[in-house]
Amino acid sequence: MNGAGEPLLEIRNLVKHFPVKSGVLFSREVDRVRAVDGVDLTVAAGETLGLVGESGSGKSTLCRAVLQLVEPTSGSVRFEGRELVGLRQRQLRPLRRDMQMIFQDPYASLNPRRRVGQIVGGPIKLNGLASGAELRRQVEELLDRVGLSPEHYDRFPHEFSGGQRQRIGIARAIALKPKLIVADEPVSALDVSIQAQIVNLLDDLQDELGLAYVFVAHDIGVVRHISDRIAVMHHGKIVETGDADQVCEHPRDDYTKKLLAAVPIPDPRESRERRRASLGSA
Amino acid sequence: MSAPAPLLDVRELAVSFSTEEGVVGAVDRVSFELNAGEVLAVVGESGSGKSVTATTLMGLTRGPNATISGTATFEGTELVAAGDEELRRLRGNRMAMIFQDPMSSLDPVYRVVDQIVEQIRAHRDVSSQEARERAIELLDAVGIPEAAKRADSYPHEFSGGMRQRVMIAMALSLEPALLIADEPTTALDVTVQAQIIDLLRSLNERRGLSILLITHDIGVVAEIADRVAVMYGGRIVEYGTLDEIFYEPQHPYTWGLLNSLTRIDRPRPKRLPQIPGMPPSLLAPPRGCHFRPRCPHAFDHCTEVPELSARLVDSPAHLDRCWLEPERKRELRAADGRDALEQPR
Amino acid sequence: MRSEMARFVVRRLLSMLLVLFAVSVIVFLIFNVIPNGDPAVRMAGKIPTETQIEAIREEWGFDEPLYVQYATMMKNLFTGETVSYSTQQSVTEEIWRGLPRTLSLAVGAALIWMAFAIALGLYSALRAGRFSDRLLAVLALVGISMPVFWLGALMSYYLGSKAGIFPEGGYVEFTANPLDWFWHLVMPWTALSVLFIGFYSRVLRSDIIETMGEDYVRTARAKGLSERQVLTKHVLRNSLIPIITLWGLDFGAVIGGAAILTETVFGLQGVGEYAAEAVSGFDLPPIMAVTMFGAFFIVAFNTLVDIAYAALDPRIRLEGEAAK
Repeated sequence: MNGAGEPLLEIRNLVKHFPVKSGVLFSREVDRVRAVDGVDLTVAAGETLGLVGESGSGKSTLCRAVLQLVEPTSGSVRFEGRELVGLRQRQLRPLRRDMQMIFQDPYASLNPRRRVGQIVGGPIKLNGLASGAELRRQVEELLDRVGLSPEHYDRFPHEFSGGQRQRIGIARAIALKPKLIVADEPVSALDVSIQAQIVNLLDDLQDELGLAYVFVAHDIGVVRHISDRIAVMHHGKIVETGDADQVCEHPRDDYTKKLLAAVPIPDPRESRERRRASLGSA
Repeated sequence: MSAPAPLLDVRELAVSFSTEEGVVGAVDRVSFELNAGEVLAVVGESGSGKSVTATTLMGLTRGPNATISGTATFEGTELVAAGDEELRRLRGNRMAMIFQDPMSSLDPVYRVVDQIVEQIRAHRDVSSQEARERAIELLDAVGIPEAAKRADSYPHEFSGGMRQRVMIAMALSLEPALLIADEPTTALDVTVQAQIIDLLRSLNERRGLSILLITHDIGVVAEIADRVAVMYGGRIVEYGTLDEIFYEPQHPYTWGLLNSLTRIDRPRPKRLPQIPGMPPSLLAPPRGCHFRPRCPHAFDHCTEVPELSARLVDSPAHLDRCWLEPERKRELRAADGRDALEQPR
Repeated sequence: MRSEMARFVVRRLLSMLLVLFAVSVIVFLIFNVIPNGDPAVRMAGKIPTETQIEAIREEWGFDEPLYVQYATMMKNLFTGETVSYSTQQSVTEEIWRGLPRTLSLAVGAALIWMAFAIALGLYSALRAGRFSDRLLAVLALVGISMPVFWLGALMSYYLGSKAGIFPEGGYVEFTANPLDWFWHLVMPWTALSVLFIGFYSRVLRSDIIETMGEDYVRTARAKGLSERQVLTKHVLRNSLIPIITLWGLDFGAVIGGAAILTETVFGLQGVGEYAAEAVSGFDLPPIMAVTMFGAFFIVAFNTLVDIAYAALDPRIRLEGEAAK
């Protein structure tokens, strides 16, 4: 972990509001949905920041606002010291190589009309980094790295399972050798036995490539496993940040405590014990 | 002394579907019992056959492409061979089912109270006024605040957790003996999930409601189940009490699954234990034990299908489908890291 | 819901006025750009002299600047004084005369096509994949493919002149002889409906099939409802929503003039046929009047359809509601 110098990603007071319009003749704004309501976060190079929250907390909007996939209402997002908010598409494009995203739904995030090779090689080709035989070689290497085989190059997404499709999405994300990957619920749609595989893959890739992650999930257990630090999000605000183990074992905020108390414990004796304890204190 | 007959007795239930690509064997000779007042959890991942088992009991898989065999006896009625009308009279009445996604499971164009009233009047000869009052009582009983007012709302006006409560209220409107819950908390936030589990548990403990819980979430199982059946590739691979399954799992898939769970109350492992490979294709399943291609401990006997039987001398009700000797299982399980759970802190 | 509805209606009325204004301007401009369209020349008769043409121009105001002509035309339209350039007859009277004929055709056809479409769509959906379904699919395709004027002409000839079962064409007032009125409309109704039945039954079929796979239909069965209840209360109730809205739009379009071909083939002399004559005669006042008439109905029905949709599907909120 890089302790000295500037953080890789620095978010200050990021705000994203969605206006609610109403009016007979002319639309006036009558209310706002405060999806992201003043968020401060930092991510160091090579670090994993876990972001936990329930539905409606704003974590997905936060991901998109950080990557400038939606335009923030206000605030600052600095990547390697460079301010992203307010940049035009043309200026953002070269920076996008260094920040990539992995999405939740492996069935919706891959273009069904394109072959795997085109999907994974797309970013490389679009950025003019390689073509032809060299492109193919790079793509096959990427496929191998994520646990797929080179012969998958010519297949279509629908021929793969959810876990494999997620691997394809990951291969695409690392194709440009980014410094930061924002993973928005990358394992939530997968079977439990496959989740562990993908989590381990992400871990391995982080060691090999020195990636930093913003790992968003509603499953606190998975987030804690992979993260160095955790931020808890509620109603558009970050209510607690800290070392992953610290937050999970000694939460300070009430909402965090509530969240942790609700996580089912896959251990019957402990779970009975916990229920007895809470009944006793009720 | 003979024990009372189980509420639901399933024997050799098999369901296959003929599709364009061939015959899919979704459920392969599944047998289990659910006693009155008990919560039986059927755990498995996608393709395990757990949902098909549940929907078949309700008769919802009947169709020209489905082949269903075996027996399922519920309150004296055999469900598999039962006629459509006979089954219809039981559905929603003696046995009810709730589903995974409460938003899509409620008809968007009808008010919530009307949907409950519809169910009541399908089985009982009561006036709509009486049915309406009963519906409001039920909504209140499951924890919907201001039930009388909110009864006239539409499904999309409720949050996810509230909708699931509505579904539960609806399912219980005729006081069925059995509730089949198919992934009832999967689509919900963790805090809401905890509330729904509490609700189900209290219905089980206070009203003696028997529950067949279908889920992939092992944490939820630990919170509510009495007995557990683990399904893989269309078969039950392990079957026993909650403690037996969690503390003495006898099948490599079971302990592999338990190992791969993250726990916030234990130190983090360096690497999450994982099961390699993918669930089997039900079109062309592997020969013998379905778990064989992914099992780190497979050996030559595994090409023959292991029968579901009790292999532990001390636990005659703990069944599994694995050829390994119990001693060997214990060694391997310990090696795979499972034993940490057996020792209390 | 009240204020929301009021807001919605007001906005729609305003946009309707805007649309009608735009339509009128466009029609007017097009008409004045087309070569050979000089009405004064045509009105002057076979061998026009310059003085004659000039006189006509002055009398009719063709020498005024365009925007004045436009304003005068619009004023006449609203006061009902519009007069055809060629026939010198009141356009308003002509339209008034043709309206009951067009409405008879449109309303009758709309009800017929809807009834058949629902019946056939439901039947095909329940027997999806079987022979009867495939047969109906082919028939629907044939129905959609047959041009209405061709079908109309065939029917008029074979069932009309040759077989004498139905009258070749023409219209009989309902008040004069209801039975005759009905008999004269059977073929036009059929010709106009065939296309729509084909299209609507297919759309409904796929809607029903899709709805039957929905989770709430599964819940309805799990509640122990009879198959008939599941079908009517849940499947049909939901799958009819898009069809009814489509129907509203098509109905508006048919009244507004889409029945031109049918009216012409069968000589019903409704508004559509009047429009056809006006267009071939390059006669601006009737064209303008009929176009506005059509545009009005289409926009009006569009609005009604949106309101109906909101009434049928509680998830739909009219404009202006909060996004949550």
